[in-house]
Amino acid sequence: MIYKAIVFLPLIGFLIAGLFGRQIGAKASEYVTSGLMIIAAILSWIVFFNVALHHGEAGEVIKVPVMQWMQSGGIDVEWSFRIDTLSAIMFVVVNSVSTLVHIYSIGYMHHDPHRPRFFAYLSLFTFAMLMLITSDNLAQMFFGWEGVGLASYLLIGFWYKKPSASAAAMKAFIVNRVGDFGFILGIAGLFVLFGSISFETIFAAAANYLPAEGAPEATQVVANIFGMELTRATALTVVCLLLFMGAMGKSAQFLLHTWLPDAMEGPTPVSALIHAATMVTAGVFLVARMSPVFELSPDALTIVTIIGAITAFFAATVGLVQNDIKRVIAYSTCSQLGYMFVALGVGAYGAAVFHLFTHAFFKALLFLCAGSVIHAVDGEQDMRHMGGLRSHIKLTFAMMLIGTLAITGVGIPFTPIGFAGFFSKDFIIEATYASHSPVAGFAFTLLVIAAMFTSFYSWRLIFLTFFGKPRASHEVMHHVHESPNVMLVPLYILAAGAVLAGVVFKEFFYGHDYDAFWKGALFTSEQNELLHEFHHVPALVALSPFIAMLIGFVTAWYFYIKSPETPKRLAASQQGLYQFLLNKWYFDELYDFLFVRSAKALGRFLWKKGDVAVIDNYGPNGVAARVVDITDRVVKLQSGYLYHYAFAMLIGVAALVTWMMLGSSM
Amino acid sequence: MTDWPILSTVTFLPLVGVLLLLLTNGEGANGRRNVLNIALLTTVVTFIVSLFIWIGFDNSNPGFQMVEKHEWLSTGISYHLGVDGISMLFVILTTFLMPFCVLASWEAIEKRIKEYMIAFLLLQVAMTGVFVGLDIVLFYIFFEATLIPMFIIIGVWGGKDRVYASYKLFLYTLLGSVLMMLAVMAMYWQAGTTDMTELLKFGFPAGVQTWLWLACFAAFAVKMPMWPVHTWLPDAHVQAPTAGSVILAGVMLKLGGYGMIRILLQMFPLASEYFAPMVFALSVIAIIYTSLVAMMQDDIKKLIAYSSVAHMGYVTMGIFAANQQGVQGAIFQMLSHGIVSGALFLCVGVVYDRLHTREISAYGGLVNNMPKYAVAFMILTMANVGLPGTSGFVGEFLTIMGVFRVNTWVALFAATGVILSASYALWLYRRVIFGALEKEKLKALLDLSTREKFLLYPLVALTIFYGFYPMPVLNATAASVDLVVNNYSAALAAAKNLALNVH
Repeated sequence: MIYKAIVFLPLIGFLIAGLFGRQIGAKASEYVTSGLMIIAAILSWIVFFNVALHHGEAGEVIKVPVMQWMQSGGIDVEWSFRIDTLSAIMFVVVNSVSTLVHIYSIGYMHHDPHRPRFFAYLSLFTFAMLMLITSDNLAQMFFGWEGVGLASYLLIGFWYKKPSASAAAMKAFIVNRVGDFGFILGIAGLFVLFGSISFETIFAAAANYLPAEGAPEATQVVANIFGMELTRATALTVVCLLLFMGAMGKSAQFLLHTWLPDAMEGPTPVSALIHAATMVTAGVFLVARMSPVFELSPDALTIVTIIGAITAFFAATVGLVQNDIKRVIAYSTCSQLGYMFVALGVGAYGAAVFHLFTHAFFKALLFLCAGSVIHAVDGEQDMRHMGGLRSHIKLTFAMMLIGTLAITGVGIPFTPIGFAGFFSKDFIIEATYASHSPVAGFAFTLLVIAAMFTSFYSWRLIFLTFFGKPRASHEVMHHVHESPNVMLVPLYILAAGAVLAGVVFKEFFYGHDYDAFWKGALFTSEQNELLHEFHHVPALVALSPFIAMLIGFVTAWYFYIKSPETPKRLAASQQGLYQFLLNKWYFDELYDFLFVRSAKALGRFLWKKGDVAVIDNYGPNGVAARVVDITDRVVKLQSGYLYHYAFAMLIGVAALVTWMMLGSSM
Repeated sequence: MTDWPILSTVTFLPLVGVLLLLLTNGEGANGRRNVLNIALLTTVVTFIVSLFIWIGFDNSNPGFQMVEKHEWLSTGISYHLGVDGISMLFVILTTFLMPFCVLASWEAIEKRIKEYMIAFLLLQVAMTGVFVGLDIVLFYIFFEATLIPMFIIIGVWGGKDRVYASYKLFLYTLLGSVLMMLAVMAMYWQAGTTDMTELLKFGFPAGVQTWLWLACFAAFAVKMPMWPVHTWLPDAHVQAPTAGSVILAGVMLKLGGYGMIRILLQMFPLASEYFAPMVFALSVIAIIYTSLVAMMQDDIKKLIAYSSVAHMGYVTMGIFAANQQGVQGAIFQMLSHGIVSGALFLCVGVVYDRLHTREISAYGGLVNNMPKYAVAFMILTMANVGLPGTSGFVGEFLTIMGVFRVNTWVALFAATGVILSASYALWLYRRVIFGALEKEKLKALLDLSTREKFLLYPLVALTIFYGFYPMPVLNATAASVDLVVNNYSAALAAAKNLALNVH
């Protein structure tokens, strides 16, 4: 019951605000949706304590059936919830952040005339996300997956009068669909291999799926996918990679990342909820949930690691030079998601989910603080027109500082004292170093560099926004004001999370209490000893993220406080590199050329040349043209109504039938 | 209830309406109202009566039910009706969509409303007849008879290029029907009966199957329509009045899909297996090719028409995957497409009635003054895209699952439709609905009227209902599809054994 309540309360909120928003008014819509979310969040924490922190047996899973969905041969899918530690964690993350964002939005969207619609969308998103994380089969997961995509589309395009917002919404949906293309094929692949798409069956079968070394099954072909004759091991790799393609789309990984920065066209609370804390982590969740399958395919995990490491590095480089405050944070999100995928790829699933957990707090905090800044300076998002805001919006500044300390991973090495990011990020970097993945060294190097960049762009954001002389117009500076409490309180709560989430939970997620906490919700093979090994990395490795963070901080301080001329000179002298980074490695231009333009050109070609010039011309038109010629003449002769022709046709058909009947009776 | 010839009743009930209409004077405002009321009443009553078919239908029985059989002439041809899990829901779909067609024509049709309604009611008789007919001659006559009213509807009440469109429709269909007629005759000569229940069991020799298959396939592929014989559809849709488009997309295309399952798959399994790669290729081309073409259209109706062709690609692909998921998915996809595309054409009709243009560029920013319309259109667009939670997803998902088991390449190419459908559908939505309301002409547009709400809301509700709970449909089709699939593989296995024994 409690589980159904958690999932369906946001749906009820959506229906009330969506269907009756106009009748009950904006205020009521806000209170109803937010109130229901508060209840859902409290219940989520109760579930978290009951399920995750409760000492139960390994493999303990609660199943809550709701109703039948589809049934066709081996595809037998129910709407139902699968509750274990992983979904309990996601409950907490999703509902806490969503609740705070709901409340924050009451202040942030205060002037918007379409508030009922906005809150309805937020609740719809939350419902879809909860369906995703509680799914007990791949079809329901796909439902949630697409549902959050829809909500994201609607919210990015919320200000529909802005052409750029509509374009960004479309782009987000379509790029995500590229990932879904892989996801749906991956589901089909699992169906072929395991004869089912429900987790229970797949996980049970996966445990003994791989044949022993040298067994006759090891070389037996089980499937032929895309022309490749696959054994059990290779077939799993293909399926995992297809699923990972879906994860790449949703989590904006390298090559499918282009939609995320554009998604910042949406209102800022949306960016905090969907494009930082929850939806974009769905890909991480997918791989973690499917860990019993991924763990069987070292090759797929290697690819996951490579893509994750490249994303972490690539997005951080772009983040270095962006001027839009939200885009910096967006690229930062992209980069942090890369960290999580590296953790998954090297087999440290607990560390990945831990970073997901801490990241949700400090990234949502950063976004909401950015929203508070934007709110203060009258909608301005360009950091070049900010500066010197520290003394005007002290509370926002303090909160954003906490967020920055958390994301850059500030803490005292070798002690249990530090901000949330300090633990989760260090876990990932150390686990990567300690892992036996063939690309461990590569990933480790990129992650440490990315940590340095993270520190640089995060402090750059702080310095450009809050320090130095004000660069905004007098009028704007005159109006700068601190946000109301309804916006600040969510910041305080998130800040508390950003400070404490690491210290309190590190032993559970990836430490001594690992087994008791996860109870088998994450699967690791027997060879995977990473949990113990990563403690024994050399001291220099353990210190590396800390050092990288310091270097980033000092450089940022030098560039933007000590000597503000340096970055400009550097940009001028390294024009090529600067433009390359500023234009995001020219991915948008490349894709526009490769896919958008060529698809349009191809579509036009097929239409004008294929349909019209070839098929019609050689097909019916040749004949039809003659017919029309004749009929034109006949029309003139006769009354001009088509009945006659219809009548002629009727007689014709009747004649045919008669002839046929005579023929058949002979 | 067992003695009551319910299938005949449902099939020919619209003729009562035709009779009443013939007796009515359709002139003047009162006459017009009488005509409309009679048509609406007839279609609604037919729909309600047809629901008894579903109520009385036994889901666990894979064979034909509610059978009526009477000798007809002394030719061996019989008046033989019946439904099974494959055809039953198409009957319901037909009777369900008809009242919407009448309502959609309420104001849009200005001239000769009486003849128009008569044409529609006759069309309904023919379409229902195809689905319930169990004699191949009956099937053929009804199948061909659907063409005449549609030809007239487009040719008389269509847009400015109606003559071209109706002749294109006619020419394409003629090609198919002539071949199918030859096939029907050949089947009779071969099997000595026109009774479809007998033909289903007959087991045509492999060589004969090939030719019969090709001849029938021509007819069904045109109706479906499959690439490359699809070009009549966009023109027909563009020229047809709204209700004509609804019935064309909603029901008439399904005649082809129904024929493929009933005749090609069930009667000619060997040939079906032999030609399956070709059908797969055509289906995949249809999905990719027509999706790309759809993307570039500047006429709303043409865009939706092309998207119909792409969606029918999933259907043909699923049918010839010839497994439970494929065939059930194909049937579901057809039913769902009947609702969704019908509703989309109604959506186009809503704005066309106001502005009398279908040019996409003439619109933009409608969400500002037509929010209810925007919501309905959004849900239907998402159903067209195949978003889970709408009925569009279930069929697409099942057919992809089904075909992946048979041929992964086909599944791979078909799955690109996931991306392409989002591209054309969302782009259309963005250009028509989103944006600022800048065009002067659009500013005076009013949101949905009560009549239009009656048109769209039930379809939208059904779209969502079947997205979350498709079981009524899947339950009704399961047993019959199971039988089809088993007979199919049994026939293939038997042929293989035979070949082994010979060698």
